[in-house]
Amino acid sequence: MEVKSIKAPLTDEDVLSLKAGQKVLISGVIYAARDAAHKKLAELLEKGEPWPVDLKGQIIYYVGPSPAKPGQVTGSAGPTTSGRMDAYTPAVLRYGVKALIGKGSRDEATRQALKDFRGVYLAATGGAGALLSRSIKESEVVAYPELGPEAIRRLVVDGFPATVINDAYGHDLYEEGRRQYSTE
Amino acid sequence: MREVNVSLLTSAVAEMCTEANYILGDDVIRALEKGLEEEVSPTGKDVFRQLLENARIAREEQVPMCQDTGFAVIFVEAGQDVHFVGGNFGEAINEGVRQGYESGFLRKSIVKDPLQRENTGDNTPAVIHIDIVPGDKVKLILAPKGGGSENMSAVKMLTPSQGVKGLVDFVVAAVTRAGANPCPPVVVGVGLGGTFEKVAHLAKKALLRSLGQPHPDPFYAGLEKEILERINRTGIGPQGFGGRFTALAVHMEVFPCHIATMPAAVNLNCHASRHVERTI
Ligand code: SF4
Repeated sequence: MEVKSIKAPLTDEDVLSLKAGQKVLISGVIYAARDAAHKKLAELLEKGEPWPVDLKGQIIYYVGPSPAKPGQVTGSAGPTTSGRMDAYTPAVLRYGVKALIGKGSRDEATRQALKDFRGVYLAATGGAGALLSRSIKESEVVAYPELGPEAIRRLVVDGFPATVINDAYGHDLYEEGRRQYSTE
Repeated sequence: MREVNVSLLTSAVAEMCTEANYILGDDVIRALEKGLEEEVSPTGKDVFRQLLENARIAREEQVPMCQDTGFAVIFVEAGQDVHFVGGNFGEAINEGVRQGYESGFLRKSIVKDPLQRENTGDNTPAVIHIDIVPGDKVKLILAPKGGGSENMSAVKMLTPSQGVKGLVDFVVAAVTRAGANPCPPVVVGVGLGGTFEKVAHLAKKALLRSLGQPHPDPFYAGLEKEILERINRTGIGPQGFGGRFTALAVHMEVFPCHIATMPAAVNLNCHASRHVERTI
């Protein structure tokens, strides 16, 4: 299987070069944010107020890690279900976030927004939190520390493995992969 | 009458919380190895490779295999000849959860109130199911349950005329709707019979069985096999990327029901199918 290395944050060309089904290894800076942080960010967008961290052009990873043991950079850190972020995601993409990492399918509005704003949605292996934590080299809470595991974190990753699910051209690996292997 | 000090429950539960989250059972490992060998999709094979590697890291480094270390669901089979002494039974179990989640660096994922959503900070309370059984032993089964797969559960009050077909269609539809959300390959717990609340309990209990061990009744063992084959024909595959292994196993638990009803329930477990047992 061909694996493509990409550098975060992504440029528009990077996003346009990604195709559904491709496996990638991400290196660079990504940001962790899940349900509670999304709720807060969406409220700020609605009020027209700035975000506590500028995420324009960045990658958001839907993750709420387990606590780090002494000497560890992070605890286990696999993806959470992305669908719960669908309600917020079109606005997040309009704001300028370029890519999202999670697990599970996205709704119609989010898939349309990925096409409209040239974004990409990737999946990391759900449940492989111990393995994925190994490619996280730095982790720092940068906003909403009161949210505990749901705080926004700045993560420096090296060779973080993910698979492109929805590319900027409207392809969807969940639909296409299933069609390819279905024997119903 | 045998006296059991509740502090024994606390220490057992604390140990079980970390063990369940660090060590993936041999039954699941074997199923993942079989998947790696037999999956035809290359992305699917890659998923199995990652999951086996993940389980190895978690076991060797004593870290949680998944960051969602779950709701502590505890089944207690208490012998009727046991007299619990030394404190409050439920509080002793919750204290075990508190200690296990703190000392094991497990994530605290429980909110105090479903609408106000403030974290309790120590992963309590546990969900505790108690059965009184003959004897003077206490058997504890802990099954930490992740939110992603729990959210994909379903209950349906089928009617008797819907029969086997109605049941199979309902289960396959629930797994299909769940898609990639519950981190497939999944373990499918199916409850059948009883009442509305009983059937959900049965579906959860079905997940406690060791993987690959068929239902003792050949009729239901056959049905488990049939449903598994149907699910694996959907093509959803490991992580939903497409492939032949959408589920590792289907387990059914069955109970008598009313002449007018045929309740059915599906409770999905991810490949992080965690369950540990201990007898006091
Ligand atoms: S569904 Fe299971 S493996 Fe997936 S994130 Fe939740 S607990 Fe972890």
